[in-house]
Amino acid sequence: MLAKRVIPCLDVRDGQVVKGVKFRNHEIIGDIEPLAKRYAESGADELVFYDITASADGRTVDKSWVERVAREINIPFTVAGGIRSVEHAQTMLSMGADKISINSPALLNPDLINTLVEEFGQQCIVIGIDSFYNEQSDQYEVHQFTGDESKSRKSAWQTKDWLQEVIARGAGEIVLNCMNQDGVRKGYDIAQLSALREYCSVPLIASGGAGEIQHFIDAFQQAKVDGALAASVFHKNIFSIADVKTAMAANNVVVRAIEAPQETL
Amino acid sequence: MKVVIVDTECANLTSVRFAVERLGYSVLITDDADQIKAADRVILPGVGTAAAAMRNLQRKQLVEPLRQLTQPVLGICLGMQLLTSHSEEGDVDCLNLIPAKTKRLRDTGLPLPHMGWNTLQPTAENPLINDTGNYCYFVHSFAVAVDEYTISSSEYGERFASMIRHNNYFGAQFHPERSGKFGEALLKRFLELELC
Repeated sequence: MLAKRVIPCLDVRDGQVVKGVKFRNHEIIGDIEPLAKRYAESGADELVFYDITASADGRTVDKSWVERVAREINIPFTVAGGIRSVEHAQTMLSMGADKISINSPALLNPDLINTLVEEFGQQCIVIGIDSFYNEQSDQYEVHQFTGDESKSRKSAWQTKDWLQEVIARGAGEIVLNCMNQDGVRKGYDIAQLSALREYCSVPLIASGGAGEIQHFIDAFQQAKVDGALAASVFHKNIFSIADVKTAMAANNVVVRAIEAPQETL
Repeated sequence: MKVVIVDTECANLTSVRFAVERLGYSVLITDDADQIKAADRVILPGVGTAAAAMRNLQRKQLVEPLRQLTQPVLGICLGMQLLTSHSEEGDVDCLNLIPAKTKRLRDTGLPLPHMGWNTLQPTAENPLINDTGNYCYFVHSFAVAVDEYTISSSEYGERFASMIRHNNYFGAQFHPERSGKFGEALLKRFLELELC
């Protein structure tokens, strides 16, 4: 049976892991490689690195840490942020990233999705969607450039339509970040995730809102997501990946057990 | 020990190299037929599409050299599918080293690609794994059907071959280089394997 994935998310800015609340007020959490290694060893099924400045700044940043991470860890990882060309994607993948995640550049140029899928295969192309629930219109809206408060803005897309568009263009996986929930630890947006799950024929990863262990269980059981992303709860040691996985197993969610430390190779 | 990774120009070469290096071996990534023939171990990695990968191997004139190897060879993911006789992905003839066929995973209502950690069930003697029920990292839309060359199978809507073997040729549909300590142990066993 395919296990549900627990995925720590590391927001990277200038070579360090940071975390903000609702995409704002970033504080430094620590260095990239030790944190990546610690998560890999403590049961993370996968890691996601978001370079949160890249897209909004319109610049290409130093990504040599990608190769250092690839050298260190033995689980898959995704790199997101500012990847807007085949060349740039090639660089990330050849440095050892397993998948690349595209967000704002795909909104600016949807053909980029097709190009990347043709070039590298569907399996390594993830589309990140920042979705905001607009209470007034009662609609889910896709936002772009969310890494920078001054540039963050609503796109023309409603989330359901954009989701179907990117899947038709060959996206291999979707990370749905529910902006209303991000960083406030009140739980994943189960209503939105459940609604969009029906339209999502590729793996769907929940992002934004994890604050308690039960939130993970709810996302897997109620919204039927394939993986759940979380940042601050792990960075701040509110609970561990092991705590989440123990609870998942107790609730009959299929989970990959944490591997015991290996005897010396 | 001379470990060679065949340069298929696919994206996961680096992670395979790092995984072997973490085990203390040095690695050569090459598309030179003589270097590949002279290696003690050959790893054939691959992501992308079967048609593109076969085109690359033909252009590099590696099809025949790869077919004549006698040392242990490990195909990973698409690399495993290339060992079979034919792939439905692009309707392309492959290396035909293991007479199995690669087909698209059936749509059984589960999300596709099959992406994430899944378990292996041994179906025959398998010198590369020593304990069962462990999770490996998969990401693929095409798979090899279970047949007499299957040495472990996995389940995702349907049962498929997660590892295959014929003589000195081994294939793993998952990514041992990204499958935690279990994957490391598998690679180590492959590198230390004694073929009789």
